[in-house]
Amino acid sequence: MAYTVRRPNLTFWEKLYLPNIVAGLAITFNHLKKMLKGETHVVMQYPEEKWDAHLPEYYRGAPTLVTDEHGRERCVSCQLCEFICPPRAIKITPGSLPSDSQFAKVEKAPEAFDIDMSRCIYCGLCEEVCPEQAIYLRKDYAVTGESRADMVHHKDKLYELGGTMPGLVHKWNPDK
Amino acid sequence: MDFLNDIPWMLIAASIAKTLFLIFGVVLPIVSYTVYAERRVSALIQDRLGPNRTGFPISLFGFQKDLQLFLGGLGQPVADAMKFLLKEEFTPGHVNKFYFWLAPVLAMVPALSTLAVLPFGNFLFGQKMVVADVNVGILYVFAVASVGVYGIVLAGWSSNSKYPFLGSIRASSQMISYELSLGLSAVPVLMIIGNLNLSEAIQYQIDNGWLLLPFTDGKLTLRELLLWIPVLVSFIIFTISMFAETNRLPFDLPESETELVAGYHTEYSAMKFALFFLGEYAAMIAGSSIIVVLFLGGWHVPFLPINTLESSTTPSGIALGFLHITAFFAKVVGILIFFIWVRWTLPRFRFDQLMKLGWLYLFEIALVNIFITAAILAWVK
Amino acid sequence: MSTEVQLLNVQIDGVWLQFPKGTKVIDACQQAGKFIPRYCYHPKLSVPGNCRMCLIEMGMPKMTPDRKPVLGPDGKPEIGWIPRPQISCAQDVSEGMGVRTDSPMVKECRQGVMEFLLINHPLDCPICDQAGECRLQEFSVEYGNAHSRFLERKVKKPKNVELGPRVTLDAERCVLCSRCIRFMKEVAHDDVLGFVDRGGFSTIACHPEKTLESNYSLNTVDICPVGALTSTDFRFKMRVWFLKETKSIDVNDGLGCNILIGSREGHIYRITPRENNDVNGNWIPDSHRLNFKVLQDGSRLLHPTVDSKKSTWPEAVAAAHSQLKAASKLAMVVSARLTNEELYLAKRLASALHITLHDVLPRVGEPDGILIPADRNPNTAGARLLGATTETPGSQLKDILTGVRNGTITGILSLGEDLLECGFTHDDLAKLKALVATSILPNATTAAAHVVLPGAAFAEKRGSMININGRLQRLNKAFEPAGECRDDWEILSDLLSATGQTHALHSVEDVFRSMSQDVPAFEGLNLGKIGDLGLQLLTKPEAATA
Ligand code: SF4
Ligand code: SF4
Ligand code: SF4
Ligand code: SF4
Ligand code: FES
Repeated sequence: MAYTVRRPNLTFWEKLYLPNIVAGLAITFNHLKKMLKGETHVVMQYPEEKWDAHLPEYYRGAPTLVTDEHGRERCVSCQLCEFICPPRAIKITPGSLPSDSQFAKVEKAPEAFDIDMSRCIYCGLCEEVCPEQAIYLRKDYAVTGESRADMVHHKDKLYELGGTMPGLVHKWNPDK
Repeated sequence: MDFLNDIPWMLIAASIAKTLFLIFGVVLPIVSYTVYAERRVSALIQDRLGPNRTGFPISLFGFQKDLQLFLGGLGQPVADAMKFLLKEEFTPGHVNKFYFWLAPVLAMVPALSTLAVLPFGNFLFGQKMVVADVNVGILYVFAVASVGVYGIVLAGWSSNSKYPFLGSIRASSQMISYELSLGLSAVPVLMIIGNLNLSEAIQYQIDNGWLLLPFTDGKLTLRELLLWIPVLVSFIIFTISMFAETNRLPFDLPESETELVAGYHTEYSAMKFALFFLGEYAAMIAGSSIIVVLFLGGWHVPFLPINTLESSTTPSGIALGFLHITAFFAKVVGILIFFIWVRWTLPRFRFDQLMKLGWLYLFEIALVNIFITAAILAWVK
Repeated sequence: MSTEVQLLNVQIDGVWLQFPKGTKVIDACQQAGKFIPRYCYHPKLSVPGNCRMCLIEMGMPKMTPDRKPVLGPDGKPEIGWIPRPQISCAQDVSEGMGVRTDSPMVKECRQGVMEFLLINHPLDCPICDQAGECRLQEFSVEYGNAHSRFLERKVKKPKNVELGPRVTLDAERCVLCSRCIRFMKEVAHDDVLGFVDRGGFSTIACHPEKTLESNYSLNTVDICPVGALTSTDFRFKMRVWFLKETKSIDVNDGLGCNILIGSREGHIYRITPRENNDVNGNWIPDSHRLNFKVLQDGSRLLHPTVDSKKSTWPEAVAAAHSQLKAASKLAMVVSARLTNEELYLAKRLASALHITLHDVLPRVGEPDGILIPADRNPNTAGARLLGATTETPGSQLKDILTGVRNGTITGILSLGEDLLECGFTHDDLAKLKALVATSILPNATTAAAHVVLPGAAFAEKRGSMININGRLQRLNKAFEPAGECRDDWEILSDLLSATGQTHALHSVEDVFRSMSQDVPAFEGLNLGKIGDLGLQLLTKPEAATA
């Protein structure tokens, strides 16, 4: 069914457009003037000025792996993060801990853990899904590299970025 | 071998020198820096900064940072030009090759050709600062400028793809429509001046005050005051039509990126694209120059002496000659900035609105304006 | 079907249905669409009724004093409900029986059982191989509580115990269902498992001085409803939810056990049995299950070679053809491990090359009395049916060997067999003018062959085989052939084209269609019609039943 859009009734001056055009020009000119006088400060000059100080608590930067207070890798390579990761950025090769290891009770730890940062979309689902609180999105955002291979964070890099996180998971405590 | 003596060698040499100076010394730098200005001004209008970093790329040679001189970013046009030159010259497989290559040239050449008849200064080193001082100057300008549409139409047609095609169809109807009001709005001016030669137009404005600002000769007669009205109307229509002719926002429908990807030059890249780009800006410069010549006294600076052919080799004459040239281009740059300013203020018209404006308003008003001018000229001596 | 099975009326959640006499209540409910959770019950094993997960509310028809059922207003018998819950796995249906599977009491019972089971459970799911296919997880979500009320210390039990060479036990995760014990006793006939200790300390263990080393031990891993028994080989290798499961059949013996190939990105991680009561029930032997390993130890032939130099397929096929054409007399050794489609094409190729002497290599072993038959070739019946061999497979091999030794045969086309196993010596191979071999793994024949054409392994191809009982079964492709390997039917059809024969074989379906036109036994069939469970094609040879 045809539907007629009611047009507003314009006065002669409005129909002439010119006054409005001048008004518009005045607005844009004001913005220009304020920029030139340095009154507006919206843009951040990136390498010199950085977000670091202003990053909110919930900021989601690069995903990293963390160790617990005893230096144990938290990750048990359950591969849930690999499963949930929407762009399939995570690739894990599971492995088992040797029986003489201090943490032998945990039995399992990743042999290799790669996050392809050229794929990662910083969604945080890996952190959300991890049953061991082993993967956290830290505040690193300047992830760069000169090749695709450079953009893959391997296990050591992930632990280096992640550091330690004293923790909430007590189930590997031998007494519990 | 007599005929060799008949050839005006001096004139040819001077014309070539002037052409080269105009194209490489003035137009291309202005074009590239207009692009730069466009980016900076648009950025500032939108509370951004725009390109402000490109300097000398000494970091290529192992330094930590590029060297940034003056306002950072002035190297940007140079970098852009380098990029365009170094990019792969790619021609899509489905295009009509010959016309595809011809189109960018056709977009660029007319815009530059119009500059030939524009007096961009008075005298310098015993030369009149115009490449060809023809006495049908303004007609030449309109004639050549209208060829510019071929570049766009050919680009759209030879690209063999829908967006360019739509863009070029829009361009042709738009440019043909607005050429009418463009030409008609110039008529009152020419009636007042009584000459088609652009140098004469400037001379008239030196004697009687700029057309747009009739008091620049120090006096304001009743006739000037009455004529001011049609001149003002002419100026507005002429400027609006110029926007449409150069495909600038709010009339950039041939390349409106929200609807047509990039319009007629969608399939173009590298230097061929750059030629369109340069052509568009060269056309803007040409258009601005005409506005300056017709309405703003050309190279004339009010209340300052004017050098003559004889005095143009003396130091003060040379200084004045340069001053005139500078004045001319300063005015042109002023208009260019206005072009940019408008672009980043107004949204795009709808195509029917564009056509309506051109055919139902500008055309009629320009026509009536001619009669009003004629009446004033007839009654007020 | 001569004796009429008596149908009994049973009311399940208020609906009257009929079931044949002898049906277990748990199965009747499942058929009625009311799944009852269970741990210890397994249809192929005896019923101990020790997990108590399958509790239901049950009732019997009320009887008048003269033993007539009291009829309700709807004309159906009225049911007198038993006040205590009953286990449904140990009970057959009876006339007029009533079952409630979702009454508040049943729900509460299930919650209670789940809570008990989880009291000492370690909650290892992130490292437990069963996670994703664990009954405890599933039922806990569906029927259990979201939290535990247990504050005391959990009982610690041994973890990571090697019960045998292939099975690892995590006793903490065991729910003491005894399925593994019953399987070893009733199916594998090797009664090595049992419970030790009492109450909360009860643990599964091997009898002293014995280990779980039966060739069927890995089936306990499959039937263990939780992650207590895990395959030492598959342990910690890959999470089950990444595995793509392809229905296929085992090719290690003539039975052709139905299997699921669990693969990810072109790599097989595990093979599990697939239920087919006409073939292998729910089980397969460990030796067959783990045999995929030879394909993944890095020794595979990955590209065609001509005179031991890497080549391309068109070149290698052309070279193979010119070699074979040049030989004065040819023979062909075919593997009975090829699919029907491949054998059919081999036969066509043989007639195109005027080969009259061809045979398969028989493989015979000791039958184990459970699943493994004497015939260790998966497709002897197919080879016989398609004429690749005679009634007695291998009888022609001797003629071929003599022919080679006395110089009448100068060329051999070996399809997937190692000639050394057929009685040839290295010297015999060296004598041959032309030796073209297709193979998956390198062997003496491929080392001596002039042209080697690498074929696809069982998980990489689609096709059909006929087992010792005459059942036509289907192989499915789990992933593309490794490296530059190609499906054998493609190799054969290319060779066929090289001989100048025209054919329209562009897919394995085309080959089957062509075969069904030429071989009466396959008439009207196609790969789709074979179905996941196969179909009986030939009459069952009585002697061959395992
Ligand atoms: S989800 Fe956590 S524990 Fe599991 S593999 Fe990822 S990081 Fe490791
Ligand atoms: S943040 Fe999202 S995309 Fe990045 S690794 Fe984690 S799950 Fe994948
Ligand atoms: S047996 Fe099931 S519930 Fe227990 S740890 Fe393994 S997956 Fe989790
Ligand atoms: S090990 Fe598994 S199958 Fe055996 S009793 Fe325990 S839970 Fe049942
Ligand atoms: S299934 Fe009935 S008691 Fe275990």
